[in-house]
Amino acid sequence: MSTVNLTINNKPVAVEAGSTILEAAEKLDIKIPTLCHFKMDAFHVEHRCGSCRICVVEVEKRPNLAPACCTPVMEGMVVHTNTLRAINARRAILDLLLSDHPKDCLTCPKSLNCELQKIAEELGVHNLQYSGEQSTYELDESSAAIRRDLDKCIMCRRCENACNNIQTVGVLSGVGRGFHAVVAPAGLKKLADTQCVFCGQCVQACPVGALTEINYKYDVWRALNDKSKTVVFQTAPAVRVAIGEAFGMEPGSISTGKMVTALKMLGADKVFDTNFSADLTIMEEGTELIERIKKNENLPILTSCCPGWVKFLEHQFPELTYMPSTAKSPQQMFGAIAKSYYCEKTGIKPEDLIVVSVMPCLAKKYEAARPEFTRDGVRDVDIVLTTRELAEMFHEAGIQFDKLEDSEYDSPLGEGTGAATIFGTSGGVLEAALRTAADILSGKDVQEIDYTPVRGLEGIKEAEVDVGGIKLKAAICSGLGNARKLLEKIKAGEAKYHAIEIMACPGGCIDGGGQPYHHGNTEIIRKRMEALYQDDLNHPIRKSHQNKSIQKLYEEYLGEPGSHLAHKLLHTSYTARKKF
Amino acid sequence: MGEMHCVNGVCEMSSRKSSQMEALDAYIKSLPLADNPTRKRGFLIQTLHKAQSLFGYLPVEVQSFVAERLGISLAEVYGVISFYSFFTDKPIGRYAINVCTGTACFVKGAAQVVDELKRKLGVSEGETTPDGKYFLGVLRCLGACSMAPVVMVNGKVYGHMTAEKVQGLLDDCKD
Amino acid sequence: MRIDSPAALAEYAAALKARKHAPVKLLVSMGTCGIAAGTGEVLKAINDYIAEHKLDGAFDVIEVGCMGLCYAEPVIMLTDDKGKRIIYGDVTPHQIPAIMQAGLEAPATGTHTIDRCWYYPEDESPAEGELQARIVLRNTGRINPEDIDQYVAEGGYSALAKVVTSMKPQEVIDVISASNLRGRGGAGFPTGKKWSFAAAQPEGEKFIICNADEGDPGAFMDRAVLEGDPNAVLEAMAIGGYAIGAHNGVIYIRAEYPLAVKRLENAIKQAEEKGFLGKNIFGSGFDFKLEIKFGAGAFVCGEETALIHSIEGQRGEPTFKPPFPAIQGLWKRPTVVNNVETYACIAAIIRKGADWFKGLGTAGSPGTKVFALAGKISKVGLAEVPMGMTLRQIIYEIGGGIKDGREFKAVQTGGPSGGCITKKNLDLQIDYEALKSIGSMMGSGGMIVMDEDDCMVNIAKFFLDFTADESCGKCTPCRVGNRRMLELLNKITSGEGNMEILEKLKTLSATIKDTALCGLGQTAPNPVLSTLANFEDEYLAHVKDHRCPAGVCANLIQFNVTDKCVGCGLCAKRCPVGAISGEKKMKHAINQAKCIKCGACFNACKFHAIAKI
Repeated sequence: MSTVNLTINNKPVAVEAGSTILEAAEKLDIKIPTLCHFKMDAFHVEHRCGSCRICVVEVEKRPNLAPACCTPVMEGMVVHTNTLRAINARRAILDLLLSDHPKDCLTCPKSLNCELQKIAEELGVHNLQYSGEQSTYELDESSAAIRRDLDKCIMCRRCENACNNIQTVGVLSGVGRGFHAVVAPAGLKKLADTQCVFCGQCVQACPVGALTEINYKYDVWRALNDKSKTVVFQTAPAVRVAIGEAFGMEPGSISTGKMVTALKMLGADKVFDTNFSADLTIMEEGTELIERIKKNENLPILTSCCPGWVKFLEHQFPELTYMPSTAKSPQQMFGAIAKSYYCEKTGIKPEDLIVVSVMPCLAKKYEAARPEFTRDGVRDVDIVLTTRELAEMFHEAGIQFDKLEDSEYDSPLGEGTGAATIFGTSGGVLEAALRTAADILSGKDVQEIDYTPVRGLEGIKEAEVDVGGIKLKAAICSGLGNARKLLEKIKAGEAKYHAIEIMACPGGCIDGGGQPYHHGNTEIIRKRMEALYQDDLNHPIRKSHQNKSIQKLYEEYLGEPGSHLAHKLLHTSYTARKKF
Repeated sequence: MGEMHCVNGVCEMSSRKSSQMEALDAYIKSLPLADNPTRKRGFLIQTLHKAQSLFGYLPVEVQSFVAERLGISLAEVYGVISFYSFFTDKPIGRYAINVCTGTACFVKGAAQVVDELKRKLGVSEGETTPDGKYFLGVLRCLGACSMAPVVMVNGKVYGHMTAEKVQGLLDDCKD
Repeated sequence: MRIDSPAALAEYAAALKARKHAPVKLLVSMGTCGIAAGTGEVLKAINDYIAEHKLDGAFDVIEVGCMGLCYAEPVIMLTDDKGKRIIYGDVTPHQIPAIMQAGLEAPATGTHTIDRCWYYPEDESPAEGELQARIVLRNTGRINPEDIDQYVAEGGYSALAKVVTSMKPQEVIDVISASNLRGRGGAGFPTGKKWSFAAAQPEGEKFIICNADEGDPGAFMDRAVLEGDPNAVLEAMAIGGYAIGAHNGVIYIRAEYPLAVKRLENAIKQAEEKGFLGKNIFGSGFDFKLEIKFGAGAFVCGEETALIHSIEGQRGEPTFKPPFPAIQGLWKRPTVVNNVETYACIAAIIRKGADWFKGLGTAGSPGTKVFALAGKISKVGLAEVPMGMTLRQIIYEIGGGIKDGREFKAVQTGGPSGGCITKKNLDLQIDYEALKSIGSMMGSGGMIVMDEDDCMVNIAKFFLDFTADESCGKCTPCRVGNRRMLELLNKITSGEGNMEILEKLKTLSATIKDTALCGLGQTAPNPVLSTLANFEDEYLAHVKDHRCPAGVCANLIQFNVTDKCVGCGLCAKRCPVGAISGEKKMKHAINQAKCIKCGACFNACKFHAIAKI
């Protein structure tokens, strides 16, 4: 690879040919503001649309300003990022963006996480020059998961890139043109009327308040303050390694104990762990996997923990709805067990038990609202919060999260294993299943349980593992675009596997749509992943079937994995849906 | 009466739809899509032209049909439709009155003609009268600059238009 | 019948020339303009007359494309082999018998005849008064565009035959480079250079595209070529394909041009039948296929990356360059995009050589340029002139000056991306650089002439309205900036302007020019900047005195009835909103609250009794 020499603000720098001015500037630690540019290194994603023009810089011998994010460097190039001309142009661009943007930052859900707000602060724009017509669109709160406030859209197209190119869900497109251009679904339809899978990658990508979650904090506050209700929480694996970020803690801090303490401070009656039901999922799904392998039919088995992925399959591959495991997701298994086993044990009526899940995910909000997860008019999971919403509640309650002591989860639905905790990262579900399957198939307590080939942030991973004498071929996919590629191959008969784990979000739940905003910094995601594997090691029990509470649940209530009752409570079916 | 007609229009529409859909299907089949599956979407704009010529506009079921057949998402099809001024997803009037607002027509008074049409028809640009008779649109240069300002009604060109001549033009539109 | 060698082509062309024909050729202008003006009826009258008088052998009636005399449509021309000719304008069907009887002897009485004001530099020298030199339009208006034989008889496809059988691709590029032909679509980029970039790319699939998305309002030369001489474009694209190593060509044409589409489709079919397109052209082993793709009403698709996205079935949004299309264009393959007029020069350059081409025009901008004259000019039409002619010659000598004896005010070149040129530059010899130096640009060659009745602020607003509407909406400066510009201009024309707004207009213009993504955005402020530079006093009148000197901006004018009123009542009758009242034979009055300032009364009054202030 040849190098190119240039100077930026009179500092010489050598970069690889084909690099952009922005990349060269990064090398010199010169900051150039960007908005539409969105890069996720670990996922090899770069959205370089050059539309916002906030990154313009002066290049000598060039008549107009150059957008740093997409202008390739040239030998001998002389770049100035901080001339009056460049700074004034940037301020004018920002001024124009703000002239068509509501200035309700104080009450905006994205406040303090908004990249536009940050740039306005950095550029010190205090007097706005331009004003005029502002775009107005109907607020979309049609779904249980994603709120779209298009008045705030700045046409960076990052959401469109996430939806169409990364996830290949294809709900969004640039619509209209000129001043009236906006990113929206076909016919400006509401999200609930589309094939949106609510993965929330658009929400993660959106630099402003145009895309956020539907907020259920106040439903939780109300429930907590309702004396007639018992409120129990379940917390998903990926939440514990991310929530600390909202309180200035290092990415990758494992803050399970603090989170339990804080939830108790909010007034939770019980704090349980989704890791418990993740272990339960392995019992059911693992059993199904072993059966399918033994009979050598209906292979590969696809995981079904991820509701975004499940909905994707229902819309995009309706002919393959027989493939996923029928096991419900950990969230829904938890709800079903809480409203049956736990209610029976405690004597609480299901309608008086409020199950609140805390998820890294927006699709979980949608999943909990799916009609098949309501029995006798009572939802298995009543309210779903994201990691971000829970952090906001802690802030509202004045809880200084980072200073808290640790507490333990409550029993019996609070016990989880190391196998369950890695559900939060791509490859984790499969690894957990392998750990259990190896023991069952070999009849031994297998000691080599670190299946490293299935780990990491790569979009498609393949592994061939010896599980109790069976050469098991598995694939792990994260990001729906990768899932589509793999499924097309399977459909065409070009790839054969026994088991495939699929997660909608690149990297898995650690990069979920409900996690603290990472603004494209995938180092944060990597640290969350590493923290989960550390958390796995920290657990004394690292195999799902060795979870004592799970064993007890089967003994006392369910019988065996795949029993009639287990099927009734813990399994579901899938519906072929329209492509658009 | 006008409303009756409109209702009939819609009824007639739905019964005609299946044969139009067949024609569209036949058109798509005639395209060399298989030659290059990854480049199928290159046929999108011409297919939409064909569909609009068959249906008069591009209803959502037609958009979905085209999307499915060309392997594109519905959102992207709509993105394209809403980008190009030629396409419309709403039915337009039986008489499409399009005023050329190119520069030559503008300096010769096209704006006054548009204003008069708006006043007489009670609709804005891009709208159809409630009785479904007239659609008022503007076009960018038909290249008939020598006769500026120019108005086109269902393909027929009226040259040297003035606000005074608008009534006569409307009178020409007989159902 | 397939023609598969240069010799066979020459033989075929000679046979066509030698074919028996009638003593008089009767050319009937059947372009869009002509048909709209009623040439169809004239043609019918001609055919009826011939049938009725059994004159089959006396006239060859040829339906041709636009002769460039749009102001005089319907136009017909009688001519013979010896160069005798009579051109009739404003022809009506009932004049036909007289015209046919008179033949080429003398003009029929009671008709309007026109002197030929052009010559064909490929074949002849100009005669007195023939300011126009037709290279691009050499066949337009001379041959039947629907009959490929007529094109072949005029030397058509001989350049392609020569290229593919006797020249190396690099030699072709060398000739085009040496001719210094520059892109006629607007920016003037050297065509040879463009071709050489794409040619230098590794072998493999490449594309050659014709940009026939003539979106510049008021420019219609590309339409004239496509309607009048489609084969010229096909031949040139095949030559270009050979030069860069492309076997596929795409003509991207706007959907507003149905007649041009029909004639292109027909020409492609005929060319394929003759073997001029398709496999193994002229036995050379070179294959070249052409297809037509349609625009759908988006001006921005004239920008090459937007055009490519449109062909790919996407929204016509431009993307940042580099990569340039020559490296990564259609389907990410090397692609050359040239416009219609550029292609229409190619075959002549191959036939006559680079030096011949450079003999016309200026040193920096050789050749000719077709201008579409429109607006307040007497002779609306097409004029192809050597580069370097002055605006005065074009507007006054060719265009016949300003209509109705009004005063020339400005001419807009370059469409919405260009600027206006005033009296002081009328004697400027125009080429790419000259126009740029005075804040305008060549653009596609539209020339909209404006007179004293045009308000330049309003004109600037018109262009801004156009670009704001046609903006793809992708980049911030164009999407929001042009909208804000338009809003500022609206304030000025509606009387709410002030000096601060004028300043904002200037700084915003500079920002947009400096930061917009594509040419459309970067040039959008040009009409504002050039009107500001040339007519600042008009802006000041609007913002300081709240007055529109040209009497155009509705909020700044008032119509009043003066004492000249005789009470005829015509104004009251014409008023569309019933704002005028008065007794018969008494002075009328205008109710200002009701008046919509449409000017109907002003235009109607025969006694000049309505004053506009």
